[in-house]
Amino acid sequence: MELENTTLDVEIIGGADDVTAVLLSEETQETTEMTTKESKNEAKDMSIADAGITAVFGYAVVFSGLLILMIVLYCTGAIFKAKDAKAKAAKEAESKAAKNTPAPAAEKALAPGSAGHVKLFDVPDKEAAMIMAIVADKMQKPLNELRFISIKEVK
Amino acid sequence: MDILETLKTLWNDSGFHSFLVDGGWKNLIMIAISCVLLYLGIKKQFEPLLLVGIAFGCLLVNLSYFSPESADALYHLDLWDNFLDHDHPDYHSYGAIMRNGGLLDILYIGVKAGIYPSLIFMGVGAMTDFGPLISNPKSLLLGAAAQMGVFLAFFGAVCLGFDGNAAASIGIIGGADGPTAIFLTSKLKPELLGPIAIAAYSYMALIPMIQPPIMRLLTTEKERKVKMEQSRMVSKTEKILFPIIVALFVILLLPSTAPLVGCLMLGNLWRECGVTERLSDTVQNALMNIVTVFLGISVGATTVASRFLSLETIKIIVLGLTAFCFSTVGGLLVGKLMYKLTGGKVNPLIGSAGVSAVPMAARVSQMEGQKANPSNFLLMHAMGPNVAGVIGSAIAAGFLLAVFK
Repeated sequence: MELENTTLDVEIIGGADDVTAVLLSEETQETTEMTTKESKNEAKDMSIADAGITAVFGYAVVFSGLLILMIVLYCTGAIFKAKDAKAKAAKEAESKAAKNTPAPAAEKALAPGSAGHVKLFDVPDKEAAMIMAIVADKMQKPLNELRFISIKEVK
Repeated sequence: MDILETLKTLWNDSGFHSFLVDGGWKNLIMIAISCVLLYLGIKKQFEPLLLVGIAFGCLLVNLSYFSPESADALYHLDLWDNFLDHDHPDYHSYGAIMRNGGLLDILYIGVKAGIYPSLIFMGVGAMTDFGPLISNPKSLLLGAAAQMGVFLAFFGAVCLGFDGNAAASIGIIGGADGPTAIFLTSKLKPELLGPIAIAAYSYMALIPMIQPPIMRLLTTEKERKVKMEQSRMVSKTEKILFPIIVALFVILLLPSTAPLVGCLMLGNLWRECGVTERLSDTVQNALMNIVTVFLGISVGATTVASRFLSLETIKIIVLGLTAFCFSTVGGLLVGKLMYKLTGGKVNPLIGSAGVSAVPMAARVSQMEGQKANPSNFLLMHAMGPNVAGVIGSAIAAGFLLAVFK
């Protein structure tokens, strides 16, 4: 390419801190300007039909994306469910085997009053059970070693 | 010293004088609007963490911004116009903003570069338990259905004469996700950021008023009374794998969602993996608060009177409300379909929670369900579609970004 016969323009893009010099031939510059103008016009001139198609297509993309994600989650869920089922079966087999073996000589006695003796005042059973579980968790003690005397709703 | 001349100069330089010349009255209106927003944020507690910041940003910018030449302005609209002008030497030059900008210009760089919305998403991910969604993956369909408003509002905006980029930015209000709306608008149509952010956050705060009438209209008493079975327990391993799977899958599908979905899932992984509690705590609290401060005030700064007070803003507010309503309708309709297909095991009210305003939309489903049947507990069931909506709106934003950028 003979430089003497070619007109070159230098276009500066960006501020002083990020200056990039781009050498463009007249032809390239024209094309760039046209593309910029075209893209600006494109943003302004979206027809209603195009908008309708884009909206339907977009909704379909969101739907299909999440649908595929749902299938993936079902698959991983199934793997974990199968794993859990196996572990449960193994645990059951273990506990059955333990039942068949003779029991230890003396079982540790339960704390008196830990079950069945708690007095409930305006508190449903479910909520009482939840409260007892939370207290046991907070105190980091097994539930059967705690003695609940009464649970009363403060009004 | 000429006292009279000095007084005259002081008067001419003051904001009070500026109110009386060159459309300065518009700034007065914006100051009144910012006071109304402050009232809504503080007294009515409408999304106060963001709305108070946005309102005060609006107040500050309209107190200090009267003309592009004003050196004291905290925010310079002309600098950002140059930033977006292909033919200007300062096109996409953050250096020019740093050199010539005010405080709010510099803070706004975080919005323009998409940093704040992504960091907010990181915090949201760290605060969100995706367990209800993992245990019931069909919730994802409700999250997808509730993006209907996004695309209907987009279509409506084009019909009303907005260009594609503006229509996409307006439509995303229907996703009921503030950071996503800000992210997409800052990329596609930054000029509309102020009205879109204000509309998005205001409607999110108004969900308890917008959704219930639509929910009652589209569902029968019998449907609302449905009690749903308890979902299965989700193991820790599943919770750890979930963010990795979603990030892999969604980002590969739509790379433009990477900043939002990537940050959302990274935050969630920090929460669930159990070995990064310090990071999870920081992202949920300290980082989230810091970013909220910057985001609120800099979004408020875009509400310069000369831009904000226009017919476009009114159209955006109307379209935003339409988007919210139709997103609710979309979720409810698919909820009703699920009710039919499962033989009445799914309460369609959880469909409206598919709009991603977490956890407000799920709470509304719970409240409506309990009104119909006091022993109904829909909250955890509604949390599934609710968090699915976050992913859905990020995918919708990614699609619109891919089409219009």
